[in-house]
Amino acid sequence: MKLTIDRGALLKSLSHVQSVVERRNTIPILSNVRLDAGDDEKLHLTATDMDLAVIEAAGANVAQAGATTTSAHMLYDIVRKLAEGSEVELSLIEDGGKLEIRSGRSRFKLACLPVEDFPVMAEGELAHHFSLSAADLRRLIDKTGFAISTEETRYYLNGIYLHATSDEGPACLRAVATDGHRLARVDTALPAGAADIPGIIVPRKTVGEVRKLIEESEGEVMIGLSDSKIRFALDGAILTSKLIDGSFPDYERVIPAGNDKIMTVDNKSFVQAVDRVSTISTEKSRAIKVTLEDSVMTLSATSPDAGAASEELEAQYNLEKIEIGFNSRYVLDMAKQIKGETIEFRFADSASPTLVRDSEDENAVYVIMPMRV
Amino acid sequence: MPASATALCRDCDWESADADGLSCPACRSERILRHTELGALAIAHVDCDAFYATIEKRDDPALGDKPVLVGGSKRGVVAAACYIARRYGIRSAMPMFKALEACPHAVVVPPDMEKYSRIGRQVRDIMTARTPLVEPLSIDEAFLDLGGTEGVHGGSPARTMAAMAREIEAEIGITVSVGLSYNKFLAKIASDLDKPRGFAVIGKADAEDFLSTKPVGLLWGVGAALQKRLANDNIHRIGELRQYSEAELVRRYGAIGTRLARFSRGDDRRTVKPGRPAKSVSSETTFNEDIRALDKLTAKLWKQCDRVGRRMRKNRLIGRTATLKLRTADFKILTRSRTLPAPTQSADILFQAALALLEREADGRYFRLIGVGLSGLESEDNAPMADLFGENDARAAALEKTVDDLRDRFGVAAPVKGRSLGPKAK
Repeated sequence: MKLTIDRGALLKSLSHVQSVVERRNTIPILSNVRLDAGDDEKLHLTATDMDLAVIEAAGANVAQAGATTTSAHMLYDIVRKLAEGSEVELSLIEDGGKLEIRSGRSRFKLACLPVEDFPVMAEGELAHHFSLSAADLRRLIDKTGFAISTEETRYYLNGIYLHATSDEGPACLRAVATDGHRLARVDTALPAGAADIPGIIVPRKTVGEVRKLIEESEGEVMIGLSDSKIRFALDGAILTSKLIDGSFPDYERVIPAGNDKIMTVDNKSFVQAVDRVSTISTEKSRAIKVTLEDSVMTLSATSPDAGAASEELEAQYNLEKIEIGFNSRYVLDMAKQIKGETIEFRFADSASPTLVRDSEDENAVYVIMPMRV
Repeated sequence: MPASATALCRDCDWESADADGLSCPACRSERILRHTELGALAIAHVDCDAFYATIEKRDDPALGDKPVLVGGSKRGVVAAACYIARRYGIRSAMPMFKALEACPHAVVVPPDMEKYSRIGRQVRDIMTARTPLVEPLSIDEAFLDLGGTEGVHGGSPARTMAAMAREIEAEIGITVSVGLSYNKFLAKIASDLDKPRGFAVIGKADAEDFLSTKPVGLLWGVGAALQKRLANDNIHRIGELRQYSEAELVRRYGAIGTRLARFSRGDDRRTVKPGRPAKSVSSETTFNEDIRALDKLTAKLWKQCDRVGRRMRKNRLIGRTATLKLRTADFKILTRSRTLPAPTQSADILFQAALALLEREADGRYFRLIGVGLSGLESEDNAPMADLFGENDARAAALEKTVDDLRDRFGVAAPVKGRSLGPKAK
């Protein structure tokens, strides 16, 4: 194998694949990225953690085809530090035992492991295929991803639940995520071919890696899935992942339907005020109290050590007085995804789940659990 | 009382500025404390002597002159050994069978933790009557900061402590040993110097000399591993640490270097923090015969979870981390922890988490002990927000509280979960 490649192109591809590779691996080959230089004038980079594999192609001048594997993080760190705009030459030396990297006057030799040992992630039969614009996929991920749970006990909450539904109006593709304290549900028009997909749970890490791949993309993302695997394909990159094998809880049950105390507030002022007042909240609870009375919202926080804070802002509300506490971080995570000018809260009482909506996106619904303050 | 008293009779509070004579001129007692700094030292460590064993002897005078061991059956460990038993080389935490090899005629008394904690609280009450600054280390030992109490008690901290030790003996019928110094580290060392029924003093002037020849293992935080590293660098005694600067010790041994440098010079800046709450609630049992079958282990596990849950609820605590402890047949200890979705006091939720951990370990190995605990404790008043899907948690907690009430009225055996009855009898 011998090729030259633009440092920028190599770095971009490496940055996508290297984050798949876990920092600490018990199986040495899983620390490596697989490099394939084919006759197609492309360098193909593959990384996997056995649950998730990313393969990405970058244009290169291939002088001699070949393949090897070498430490992904090491290669990434090297390329990252090379001069911007430089050319990088990769070649296998010492009978394929080492990968030589040359750029400018720098020269590195990295240990390699044989390509044959690199695990291949079997895709299996992907029965369902549809495409979604990168923009739509970004929206689904961004507006739900923050609510994904990180605790292992309820592993089935460690991802985004994706399924097709027509329960409430027109058929749609729906993404739901929850950690038990907050929930986000976002719909998008049902793409052709997605009507019969099984309900699947896409793992948190996969969601993060996909999000990185589509960061700058304006095109379509081809999605193929079965009930155990999903594949995302776009712009020369393919990500294949296992799905979480579990059943997502009946989320509709926890979305309150009868909350009748409706309040709207300017989103931007609200976010800024919550951010300011929560400065004083204890690191642990991050509690913030919301008091609503006569079109005035008072945000307040107290901490036995630090002191107290409060701020008033105007709100559309003229029903009976409400006092309710929230975790300010949960409120901010959610409000940041609300792009409309106003944010709408629907309360029942200070102990029951509160429904939150975006004034300009009726296809997004949020639920947040109050806390005692 | 003379402020410069350097001698104090522990039995009658006689004090003097000169320290001659073998016995007290007032009461003839030979328990005279002498130290040039006696009036100035205010940090005490109080440790009950062979606490569990002493209580058992108190409650059964027939045990008075016999070696007494408190602990589980043959297969458990010694929780406490009386001073007679200690003459046979028995120490607490020694396996019971080994203790009985050393002293076959010892009387083994099963532990009655509820009684011990009740008496521990009585001791603590006597302490807190002297100073609010009582930092309990365990059921039977505590640090006391008596700084500034001279006016209140009309005497030096030494005198207050001597009187307190007498009161504990008279009121509760057990003995304590007192260590008095100017910081926690030295007070704790001192309480061990004159056990049982002892009172030892380490002053500022004699601290460095005292420490010089002592093994480094005496320092708080120096365990087997660090001792070995120090030994490799030819440091065996505390005095040998002083040839290095704090910076050098930090460079060599990391953050603990600061502590090594300071402690070796008798400098401990930790303050007595009153009412340090429990860090974990746990319960364990040693089996009569080693067990490997998962269903049998599960039944044992549930019983321990049940006990932990009950204690959690009694103390109005919730805990976030579940820990499973196993001891294999070859005495290896395994601990496995898991963070729960939300802090709990429910035995059932603890059980579900611990069972998941147990299932991974129960691979055919034989085990001799199982234990379970909850840590990351806080008051149940701090229970975080309810979980959207958490109806079951609330229901489990309500059910268990009801069961607690029933048991309080009808005894522990009243309602039990089917799983505590163990696998089906043949």
